[in-house]
Amino acid sequence: MSNQVTATTRYSQAGDEFLFVELSEEMTLEAFFRSISITQRLRDIDLPGVVEICPANASYQVRYNPDVISAQTLQDTLEKLEQEVASQQVRTLETRIIEVPVLYNDPWTHETQMRFRDNHQDPTGTDLEYAARINGYDSVDVFIKAHSETPWFVSMVGFVAGLPFMYQMVPRDRQIQVPKYLRPRTDTPKQTVGIGGCFSVIYSVRGAGGYQMFGVTPMPIYDPSGEQPHIDASMIYFRPGDIVKYRAVEREEYDNLLAVAEKGQFTPNVTHFTFDLDAFNQDPDGYARRVKEALYEH
Amino acid sequence: MSIEVIKPGLASSIQDKGRQGYYHLGIPPSGGMDQRSLVAANLLLGNPEGSAVIECALMGPELRFTDTHKVAACGAEMLPRVDGEPQPLNEVFEVPAGAALSFDFVKAGARLYLAIEGGIDVPERLGSRSTYALGSLGGLQGRTLQPGDTLGVLPAHGLATTGRRLPENLVPAFYKRYELRVIPGLYAHRLEPDSAERFYHEDWTVASEADRIGYRMKGGTKLDFIKREPPFGAGDDPSNIVDACYPIGSIQVPSGSEPIILHRDAVSGGGYAMIGTVISADMDTVGQIQPHQKVRFVQVTLEQAMDARARYQHVLEQLRNMP
Repeated sequence: MSNQVTATTRYSQAGDEFLFVELSEEMTLEAFFRSISITQRLRDIDLPGVVEICPANASYQVRYNPDVISAQTLQDTLEKLEQEVASQQVRTLETRIIEVPVLYNDPWTHETQMRFRDNHQDPTGTDLEYAARINGYDSVDVFIKAHSETPWFVSMVGFVAGLPFMYQMVPRDRQIQVPKYLRPRTDTPKQTVGIGGCFSVIYSVRGAGGYQMFGVTPMPIYDPSGEQPHIDASMIYFRPGDIVKYRAVEREEYDNLLAVAEKGQFTPNVTHFTFDLDAFNQDPDGYARRVKEALYEH
Repeated sequence: MSIEVIKPGLASSIQDKGRQGYYHLGIPPSGGMDQRSLVAANLLLGNPEGSAVIECALMGPELRFTDTHKVAACGAEMLPRVDGEPQPLNEVFEVPAGAALSFDFVKAGARLYLAIEGGIDVPERLGSRSTYALGSLGGLQGRTLQPGDTLGVLPAHGLATTGRRLPENLVPAFYKRYELRVIPGLYAHRLEPDSAERFYHEDWTVASEADRIGYRMKGGTKLDFIKREPPFGAGDDPSNIVDACYPIGSIQVPSGSEPIILHRDAVSGGGYAMIGTVISADMDTVGQIQPHQKVRFVQVTLEQAMDARARYQHVLEQLRNMP
């Protein structure tokens, strides 16, 4: 039973404590929605022996105690949950929309990318210029607009503590895609906003990284010392399923927001939202407008 | 009730049994890489088995004790010395007030666990005192020990007895080369069949990049992934996948060249194909392998992994019941 296939779903034993479930080889909103729905149900039924439930972009992983629940029983349960999710009439997700202010083209990521230019596909330009060009945008400004105007789904939290992976909520032919650096950097400023593949991320801690860097956010997203009131006891702000709307800010507003954050007084603009997958699929552009309305008119 | 760090050693950190329930947010379990030795050192002293200890990697620290404490050191063979006088491994001994505790160079194994009667006193973060340095979380200020650090110790319970010794059959053995048991799976089907086979029939050498996050392996033949049109969102390299969770113990092979076994400070996910997972019973062993030592991977079934797990748990039971 180590490698069974049901339709596109693939269950794989990972050692004796993990069951890994790939819902789709390629990234799709559909697969992500199934991942978040199945793992939410698994959380709800509170199955004895299940230790950690980790949704990811188009897959998920369960850590379990095999002395309490067998691998086979766990897999049977997950297959049943998958069928329940597949037969769902209403495909909605209770979530929140979060505005993330971004200073694009900032001096700190600029300085960092210049230090690691030899690791880059285009040693003579900047990450923004490169990303704009290969995605067919006439200018960096138009590219920034494309990055910040559409909502993004937090499809996975991880790599390091609290780092959100985000999937752009637009039809695939308009999704921004950029390769990762040819060789990873050994440094990335904290709270850098960037993209690798089709995923936008916010680096939660300073450190190594390979994604193209576009800007920084003043918003704290990881809080190991417990100083930020908008972050709960888990120390992590983002959850899979959150919807993010970036907002481009100028240097003055960035500095003000950063000062507020440093005093432990940052208040994100956030609103509750019921996401409807079918309504989104019918009209992605109209739906993006509704997300913005929900955020700015609540 | 404090211990002053004179020299920190190579990478000494506070660890206990680790934290659970935060991996979906990117926070790995952390905790002692060799749990069995951590538990042994605590139980020798009469501490709860998951008390916080100092994990010392390859080169031990030098510590000044301001008060008298009973201690026990288990795991890698690094001879402890109190003001220069040799002390036994795997046995409770006393460090008098004002004395310095130091360690000789490691002779075998990679990580020593130094337990103090009562346990190290650092705040619990997310249910554990373990250090997760990548996230600046837990332990002492979220990092490895530095010169000048002061460590608090929880009050002694008075149960520790100088001279109490680990029974000979529970003293761990260290080797020049190791076999690690692996359940193949995850993205192993993406390998060319001869690569998937050869991985288990070659010696691999632990690289110098072997730490709490993961162990990198060198020296084997490059593994070939089956060529294909990359799935949307995966990335161009044949070893790329749509970013997914990384199980603890999973073996990923970026670009097919140097396999990495993720350990207790793992990055929780990413875009490299994993080809199998080291079984839980062998994860302590990984933490005791030194750079440049040789490893063979051995394929096992889930049933064999469960047998090994039961034997591992039996050893822990023996530790809990030792005289």
